[in-house]
Amino acid sequence: MPLSGLQIYKLLPKTNCKDCGLPTCLAFAMKLAAKQMELAACPHVGAEAKAQLADASEPPVRLITLKPSAKIAGGRELKSGNETVLFRHEKTFINKPGMFLRVHDNEPIASIQARVAAVEAYSVRYVGMDLTLDGFAVQAEAPLDATRFASVVSAVRAASKRPMILIAPDAAVMSAGLKAIEGDNALIHGATAANYEAMAALAKQYHSALVACADTLDGLADLTNKIKAKGVDDLVLDPTSRQLGASLTRQTQIRRLALKKDFRPLGYPIIAFPGDAAPDQEALQAAQAIAKYAGFIVLERFAPEMVYPLLVLRENIYTDPQKPIQVLPGLYEINNPKPTDPVLVTTNFSITYFSVANEVEGAGLPAWLLIVDAEGMSVLTGWAAGKFDAERIAKAVKDSGVANKVTRHRLVVPGHVAVLSGELEEALSNWEIRVGPREAVDLPAFMKQVL
Amino acid sequence: MPQVEIPKDSWSGSVTTVTLGATAADGGTRSHTITVGGHKALPFMHFEQKMAHRPLIALEIKDHRPDDWSPLLLDLWGDAANDPASWAKAAESAGADALVLWLSQNGTDGKPTTPQAAVASTKAVLQASGLPLLVFAPGQAELDNALLVPISEATTGERLVLGICEDKNYRTIAATAMANGHLISTRTPMDVNLAKQLNILVRDMGIPPDRILMDPTTGGLGYGIEYGYSVMERLRLAALQGDGNTQSPMIVTPGAEAWKTKEAKVGHDVPATWGEWLERAINWETLTAMALVESGADIIVLRHPESMRRLRAAIDELMSVPA
Ligand code: B12
Ligand code: SF4
Repeated sequence: MPLSGLQIYKLLPKTNCKDCGLPTCLAFAMKLAAKQMELAACPHVGAEAKAQLADASEPPVRLITLKPSAKIAGGRELKSGNETVLFRHEKTFINKPGMFLRVHDNEPIASIQARVAAVEAYSVRYVGMDLTLDGFAVQAEAPLDATRFASVVSAVRAASKRPMILIAPDAAVMSAGLKAIEGDNALIHGATAANYEAMAALAKQYHSALVACADTLDGLADLTNKIKAKGVDDLVLDPTSRQLGASLTRQTQIRRLALKKDFRPLGYPIIAFPGDAAPDQEALQAAQAIAKYAGFIVLERFAPEMVYPLLVLRENIYTDPQKPIQVLPGLYEINNPKPTDPVLVTTNFSITYFSVANEVEGAGLPAWLLIVDAEGMSVLTGWAAGKFDAERIAKAVKDSGVANKVTRHRLVVPGHVAVLSGELEEALSNWEIRVGPREAVDLPAFMKQVL
Repeated sequence: MPQVEIPKDSWSGSVTTVTLGATAADGGTRSHTITVGGHKALPFMHFEQKMAHRPLIALEIKDHRPDDWSPLLLDLWGDAANDPASWAKAAESAGADALVLWLSQNGTDGKPTTPQAAVASTKAVLQASGLPLLVFAPGQAELDNALLVPISEATTGERLVLGICEDKNYRTIAATAMANGHLISTRTPMDVNLAKQLNILVRDMGIPPDRILMDPTTGGLGYGIEYGYSVMERLRLAALQGDGNTQSPMIVTPGAEAWKTKEAKVGHDVPATWGEWLERAINWETLTAMALVESGADIIVLRHPESMRRLRAAIDELMSVPA
């Protein structure tokens, strides 16, 4: 639980020596509480005060970082945890849950390699961002075979630059797998009451994070305490429920305990396994995991038609609710427009901009795209809020200097704001105002037929 | 072993219980009624309070074949989509809990839908199916009033839900609903305060809380769902904290929003990374709906029966946790 300024003040030397650059210890304490300065700025704090302050500054949900070995050029890192709220409107959700594809060590190696390669190559564009999965999980299947597990782990590592989760119930098998990717900071699944000592030893030896698995919260808390006592701090929780109702309950309880009660034994990210669900429920389970507090999500199936909507949902839930994603206002050139090509006008809300730009670009049609500063709002929202009106559009036309770039002064406005055309004709008297279709999908046809 | 003390929220407020439809015993013709709302805790937190009523899934049908719908939906419904009665039957046998008859702005002749036609469609649906019915007008304040008032009068006592009641036309719709024993669905654009204000306005007219549903408006996945999601979470929290103007059960239309998106609507000339069309479209609809179920939706209006089947299986699981 973060300490208040006064609580911090009590731990400082109270000499007001000013070495930290502030006039008083109290002022410094306030800056620390507001996270505007670091404790290191005061050269005089004692060891005990340092320890207490460090403990209090631990995030309620521990930050876990996974990454492939430094030997792997261009290896991708994944951060999970560090969350501070139960509801995204309270502030924002911070680290998107890592999404992993699981393979099984009893599958033919060629089919594993093919799937890994497909995921590795997969990247889908959504409002200008390239979205991808984050890594792979390899699961040891019965009858357990350490050599086979290790060879599959190596094969996946050879084909991927992303973090890995190793899943095996047995420490000897796990050890073989970890050895195969020595240097990785991986995630080990997992420790139970029965095997935690051996698994904790492996986690330490291989600098990896460890999943604690137990089907009650008491059991989980007990297990994380025991593992921590063995010197492993990077933990992840598997409450083992694979049913939607039970996982929602458990994950909510864990998040609440961590945030509201500062309950350290459960202050870790959670791992969810929607891939264990029936094939047609996997997407729904993953959707719940995204919205309701998972830090790692293990999928069984790789199908773009499922992965794309899940990646979009994850972006949506994890956007900062205070500021809509925006693009810079101004004049954009699409497909090398000539002075005779039309000028299309829209807002600087990313979703709006990209739905228009993608259509025009995809159709190979040249155009000038004028982005009005509508404070990041969509066409109709901006219009209703007075941020996308004739005045702002006229101003954008003037500021952009587009009049000097085109010889035919044609301005196409979105169909949804057809009502603006009268005012625009007045404000931009030497422009021909054209009302476009309502939806961007219909723009290419409109441009070909009507313009 | 340590005993973890599970934090339980205790709330002073609750969501109003609302019953849709009336059977013969209550002056209607529905084969059964459905009750939503009544919650005393956040969705599916059965360990605090057993959830009173599960979210219900309604399928959307139209008064005539909607040419702007995705071909995936039109192919699926086939000839049933040609007239509202056979569409209603098809939707009922597909397993819908309730039906939403969403009237078109224009008839097949391209002219605005007439009150006579709207009444006829509504009656045809009531005759074809015993499910509780919601009737939504096209969303043009004046036309909506012209259509909903005669529908309301022609179906007295059915406990239909009349929508969409907005700030521009709430007076007419609330008045006719009260006079004829119906319910209303209010809609405001994704804003907690606007939702509260409209609730105050309709209640000032004297319509009892157990006849009000509220639609906080949602955006489709990838097109603004996060705003709707958070507004719903905030409304539900306010309801539980005791704010009487946020306690109506929430109705949302993820079907209409999801099927508006290019991802669901279009199958050709889209990036290969979008995957197979039908499954993508179903996922677009179910994921939009699932997020809203988690944030407190009580009535979910969908368009595709397969989405309904999957979402219902998910709700079954969410409901089946022992308290
Ligand atoms: C998400 C949303 C919000 C978000 C804001 C999102 C944002 N950053 O803009 C929030 C919750 C903040 C919001 C607030 C408000 N909203 Co709002 N909101 C929506 C919602 C649900 C989706 C909008 C969206 O993102 N659409 C997706 C984008 C991509 O669409 P788009 O910009 O229109 O672009 C499409 C087309 O216009 C076209 N296009 C775009 N550019 C161009 C250019 C050309 C040349 C062409 C041809 C085509 C074209 O292509 C795109 C794809 O097809 C809509 C309802 C709905 N379901 O549509 C209401 C809606 C837009 N909001 C509305 C209102 C009234 C408001 C508020 C004024 C409410 C209030 N009084 O507070 C506020 C205003 C904001 C403020 N004062 O702060 C109304 C507008 C009503 C009207 N007809 O005027 C709507 C329609 C809801 C409703 N039915 O009442 N809103
Ligand atoms: S340096 Fe340390 S002791 Fe000196 S004023 Fe700052 S906080 Fe106080």
